[in-house]
Amino acid sequence: MSLQRSAAIMLRQFYLMRGSAARVVPLFAWVGVDIVLWGFMSRYLNGLTTAGLNFVPTLLGAVLLWDFFTRVMQGVTMTFFEDVWSRNFLNLFASPLRLSEYLAGLVMSSVVTSLVGLVFMLIIASVAFGLSFFSYGVVLIPALLVLFLFGIALGIAATGMVLRLGPASEWFVWPIPALIAPFAAVYYPLTTLPRWMQYVSRIIPPSYVFQNIRSVVHGGTVSWGPLVLGAVLALVYLVMASWFFSRMYRHGVRTGLIARYSSETLN
Amino acid sequence: MLTPSDPLQVLSVRGLRKMYGHNIAVDDVSFEVTSNEIVGLLGPNGAGKTTTINMVLGVLEPSAGDISIAGVGLAQNRSTALGCTNFAAVYAQLPGNLTVYQNLRVFGLIYGVKRLATRIDEVLQEFDLTRFRNTKCGVLSSGEQTRVSLAKAMLNRPRLLLLDEPTASLDPSTAQEVRAHIRKFATSGSGGVLWTSHNMYEVQEVCDRVLFLSRGKILLEGDPKRLPEEHGKASLEDLFIAVAREPLSLEVS
Repeated sequence: MSLQRSAAIMLRQFYLMRGSAARVVPLFAWVGVDIVLWGFMSRYLNGLTTAGLNFVPTLLGAVLLWDFFTRVMQGVTMTFFEDVWSRNFLNLFASPLRLSEYLAGLVMSSVVTSLVGLVFMLIIASVAFGLSFFSYGVVLIPALLVLFLFGIALGIAATGMVLRLGPASEWFVWPIPALIAPFAAVYYPLTTLPRWMQYVSRIIPPSYVFQNIRSVVHGGTVSWGPLVLGAVLALVYLVMASWFFSRMYRHGVRTGLIARYSSETLN
Repeated sequence: MLTPSDPLQVLSVRGLRKMYGHNIAVDDVSFEVTSNEIVGLLGPNGAGKTTTINMVLGVLEPSAGDISIAGVGLAQNRSTALGCTNFAAVYAQLPGNLTVYQNLRVFGLIYGVKRLATRIDEVLQEFDLTRFRNTKCGVLSSGEQTRVSLAKAMLNRPRLLLLDEPTASLDPSTAQEVRAHIRKFATSGSGGVLWTSHNMYEVQEVCDRVLFLSRGKILLEGDPKRLPEEHGKASLEDLFIAVAREPLSLEVS
């Protein structure tokens, strides 16, 4: 595997962002709006409840972590969509670039863009609303790791779907985080959910993250078992997503979809 | 007869076949391209030219057959084999949202080009693109975009250069310059070229050998300057028309 070839995919993304406000602004705009909105909401809820309850680390912190997960996933899909929109597949896949190198390039691009978003959210949340990441303690590291792995897995699976179904299917990709959020119990304890939704939550890695975050904020301890389970699940999804993408690519090479992939020839 | 390990052989295609369900797009096609040779792949629309090129480029899986590029099996070692080749096609322009330099840099890294900065300057100069270095490809004319694609195709000094109608969108003067560049590429280094075109005058001028494809099969093969006479036709264009309209009569002859 050549790191240079993966770096070329990341470099392409850097070139595109450097020259385009339309690509850079969304990195900050939506997460900024989310943090401001939920920051005021948390402050308002703090005023409604009895003394001692602080919604900033629970609600605003959850929003911040969920936005990070969403950015990770979209970091992968957006880099892939650039090739869809510019009809670049023939140039890329008729080159020495291996599939694993291409995927690594998508992931590397996502790491950079999601970290930029995370740092920006942290600055607003801490400066404007007093959120301290340190209040979560050591649980934050595995929490970010699980969210990152699951975001990458979903991103790769989504790109595999678009590779198979064509450019118009990118509209299936955008709502994925919103569809998962209720089961991930981002804003409320799992016990709030009806029984069948709780069963579904068990196979959603972020649910283990947010349960632990809430527990720590409310003075409890970290449950390492569920966190490890969440990490293992996220890794399994990552392997499955890579396998799925590879299968979709092979199907495209066998049927000729890759060779004639464009907005006009599919859909 | 060349063997697969022959250093002169840059492309070996053996028993290549592509089926879509029960439809045969390419049927038992075999040919070679050697160093310093330009081979023209000719035929009417739908004859199987682009399907063949796509299989050589590794973006379409053959139903049967073997492809070797510079002695490396494409099915066995795809990345190494494709590292020895490059291509330009009228339907595969480089991303329009990157500048000429950025595109060449990205693809230079993908192809592992040594001393990339110097090489980019060389191909920019060769294809008269220096003044467009920092221009986005999308705002270039179609002829300029074709030259950028050709610059990218030459970037890694490929052993096998695949060109699918490379002069289709060029004016006669630029097309002549491009043909001269490709001729120089074939004669000066160790590379070979597989070229498709519908311009028979161009084919006659540039190609050392032509393969006529019809309905997925190679119908004729030979020197483009002698083939018309051998088949009782006045020109290569007449022969092309005969292949397109009456392939069976040529099979018999």
